[in-house]
Amino acid sequence: MALLSIRNLSVEFATASGSFRAVDAIDVTVDPGDILAIVGESGSGKSVSMLALMGLLPWTATVTADEMRFDGKDLRAMTPRTRRRIIGKDIAMIFQEPMSSLNPCFTVGFQIKEGLKKHLGLDARARHARALELMEMVGIPDPVRRLSAYPHQMSGGMSQRVMIAMAIACRPRLLIADEPTTALDVTIQAQILDLLTALQAETGMALILITHDMGVVAETARRVSVQYAGQKVEEQPVGPLFATPHHPYTSALLAALPERATTRLLPTIPGVVPGQFDRPPGCLFAPRCAFADATCQNTPPPVQPPAKGLVRCHYPLGGPA
Amino acid sequence: MSVALRQGPLAEFWYYFRENRGAVIGLWVFAAFAFVALFAPLLAPYDPTQQFRQSVLLPPAWIAGGDWAFPLGTDPLGRDMLSRLIHGARYSFFVGIVVVVVAASGGILLGLIAGFSPRWLDSLIMRLMDVILAFPSLLLALVLVAILGPSLTNAMIAIALVLQPHYVRLTRASVLSERTRDYVVSARVAGARLPRLMFVTVLPNCLAPIIVQAALSFSTAILDAAALGFLGMGAQPPTPEWGTMLAEAREFILRAWWVVTFPGVAILVTVLAINLMGDGLRDALDPKLKRS
Amino acid sequence: MIRYLLARLLTFVPTFLGVTLISFAFIRVLPGDPIIVMAGERGLTEERYAELVTQFGFDKPLPVQFWTYLTGVLQGDLGVSYVTKRPVWDEFFALFPATLELSLCAIVFAIAIGLPAGVIAAVNRGKLFDRALMSTALVGYSMPIFWWALLLIIVFSGNLGWTPVSGRMGLLYFFEPVTGFMLIDSVLSGQSGAFGSAVRHLILPTIVLGTIPLAVIARQTRSAMLEVLSEDYIRTARAKGLSPLRVNGLHALRNAMIPVVTVIGLSVGTLLAGAILTETIFSWPGIGKWMVDSIFRRDYPVVQGGLLLIASMVMVVNLTVDILYGFINPKIRARK
Repeated sequence: MALLSIRNLSVEFATASGSFRAVDAIDVTVDPGDILAIVGESGSGKSVSMLALMGLLPWTATVTADEMRFDGKDLRAMTPRTRRRIIGKDIAMIFQEPMSSLNPCFTVGFQIKEGLKKHLGLDARARHARALELMEMVGIPDPVRRLSAYPHQMSGGMSQRVMIAMAIACRPRLLIADEPTTALDVTIQAQILDLLTALQAETGMALILITHDMGVVAETARRVSVQYAGQKVEEQPVGPLFATPHHPYTSALLAALPERATTRLLPTIPGVVPGQFDRPPGCLFAPRCAFADATCQNTPPPVQPPAKGLVRCHYPLGGPA
Repeated sequence: MSVALRQGPLAEFWYYFRENRGAVIGLWVFAAFAFVALFAPLLAPYDPTQQFRQSVLLPPAWIAGGDWAFPLGTDPLGRDMLSRLIHGARYSFFVGIVVVVVAASGGILLGLIAGFSPRWLDSLIMRLMDVILAFPSLLLALVLVAILGPSLTNAMIAIALVLQPHYVRLTRASVLSERTRDYVVSARVAGARLPRLMFVTVLPNCLAPIIVQAALSFSTAILDAAALGFLGMGAQPPTPEWGTMLAEAREFILRAWWVVTFPGVAILVTVLAINLMGDGLRDALDPKLKRS
Repeated sequence: MIRYLLARLLTFVPTFLGVTLISFAFIRVLPGDPIIVMAGERGLTEERYAELVTQFGFDKPLPVQFWTYLTGVLQGDLGVSYVTKRPVWDEFFALFPATLELSLCAIVFAIAIGLPAGVIAAVNRGKLFDRALMSTALVGYSMPIFWWALLLIIVFSGNLGWTPVSGRMGLLYFFEPVTGFMLIDSVLSGQSGAFGSAVRHLILPTIVLGTIPLAVIARQTRSAMLEVLSEDYIRTARAKGLSPLRVNGLHALRNAMIPVVTVIGLSVGTLLAGAILTETIFSWPGIGKWMVDSIFRRDYPVVQGGLLLIASMVMVVNLTVDILYGFINPKIRARK
């Protein structure tokens, strides 16, 4: 049975100029121990769908879904209180900006131990021992001293390690990492990714990695879901996806990888993700797509069968497969 | 949003200001207050000091025993409350204008000097302002009035002096943050002299917080002048200043509620309107709070 | 932290000297000769006048006079009241507990209501409670408190007869002051009903004096909370599955408190200014009423000494707030 299964999830924001659909009919399925990467440009709704799962969206957001189950339990039917017993314990999340994601008024130790008390009910001594253990797991040197440090006394990489320690404190079964390396230096990025995959292998938890970096996907993920303008446009295991992308967008993303470049100039995708006011009537990618014709401009594309990577496209690439 | 940005700064300001309903109401009430203040002699039914000895302490007209000749009743000396309140608006408006003009011009000048001067002069000015700020404003105003003698003019001088350090601090802080900006450096490089640099280059860019402060100190000035009047250190009887009217009415509070209630309501409504307006001004002028 | 403390203390010294200079200058810029004013209606002989001039040091050059005054002040000599002939220092300390008791009650009242109200408003941003509360707060902020006091007296003392109109204690009770705080002394006296009387006398002045600080604290708490609630670390706290009470009341409030503490500290000046009006209206025998009475009686040494003491008090409180600010803001505390 799937650990997480989400069907037809949509999120709308009420803004001053009308409602804005940030996530549009997304399906997500994650099995225990799986590593799913969600890829897309900024504004493709990757983070919003996961924040919706966590219940962390502001009150201006309206979340609808046909199904939202974690471990067989329906998250939609739960009271907020019951849901908070799962959030932070079985499902944990780390964010893009480690420096601002830690509360500046409390010590690192306090913030790690907080979840231990709430979800596991450990006493002070057990909490301290577990916090030290966690600090060692995420590779923070001198953990005793670091536990009583304040967030502003630590670097970005250290802060992200603390965030990870906090997230895995209660041995979650699903960890969502929302662009965990974007705000960090390049050398630190690799360390944090290695740490995440190592912890995943060690604990057997499932991992959802939100990123816009195809290179990161290739190194870490097993399955890839590509999102564009709030919709899922393709989903495949990582190998086949890199070998035969079915959606022109995926293909263009892969072509933009430096190591795949065949010309001296790196290819780019012209244009930007459509916003609130310039949503095309047909395929959302049509204005930027090299293969688009009149049908693409005017008719929303169907979702193709799994053999075609579930792509939302009138003319999937990659032959009859 | 883009529509507003393409228009002039004034139109843009109005666009943001209009979004705040309270601020617009405040603006209308303030306009009405200014109108009453300007045309008080035409609007008031009687002279504010005229005593009708046969109708002393009449209640408001809608209450038994009231007389529509005196819609808001009369005070212990038989003077028409409505006329006195209308004329009182003049004093409060006058106090507000004079105090803001005096305090702001002095404060802005000192603040500009502090912001542009060498360190020792800057420190001297700022420590001096610290000293003034160490005294509770009403107490210092009271003592100053005690030295100068109780009158509305002296009360205004005292209040202006007490409010002035806020302008100095604000101006200096803005000057310090603006002074290192590129446009100032380029003006300096282009050979602008210090006075031009101070008043033409930098000052217009520091005005937003100063305008907000002006609105807020307008209301503070009205409140403080009324408080001084209430303590007998502001306008002297029979001047129909609202605070002074309250002081005169104090002994009648349990017998004639209207002589106490109306002047207070007048002060409260005026101050509230100005503060509402000030909040709206701050939101409209503060780029940090603007939604992009 | 220590450097921060020292730097803060260092700015205190020139300000204190300035305050002393202003209170020194006060008696010398008064219109008329202070000695003639002191003598009052009876007048003085030439010899007695010369004697007094020497006694007060008015014949010496101004810098010398200031030095004498300053050294006197530092030794606690603030001069003698013209009216009561008692040292200003003694009078101040006899009356100060009354003001302190009232001010403490007012600030506790303001914090106890303003802080939670601001938090609840911020959490329910844009909803009815928020709008109602913020409108009320703006009315409170705009309130002429001397009129507010009269209004409360009309309703609660006049119409309902619930609270006394003035003073600190009912006439039925009498006891020697021990601490100077009526709430404590009335209990110590053991007279039944004395404590209740002290409380009843405190209610209206507390509300009047606390109104503006209450409005300021509520508004400031709300805006600080709104700013903090959009921070990333609040999302982190919610991602841990913590209850809204813990997220808002601990994670958010702890950060929002930093600006709020400053505002509470700065409201001490407002409080003392408000005490002048409140004490005058309620005949509360504290230093606010003492100052006003002394100004009217032209008791200049009292005005001079009171001015200096009140300003020093405000300065000390502001200094304390700054230090406290350093303690609650770890970014400053950690600077060694």
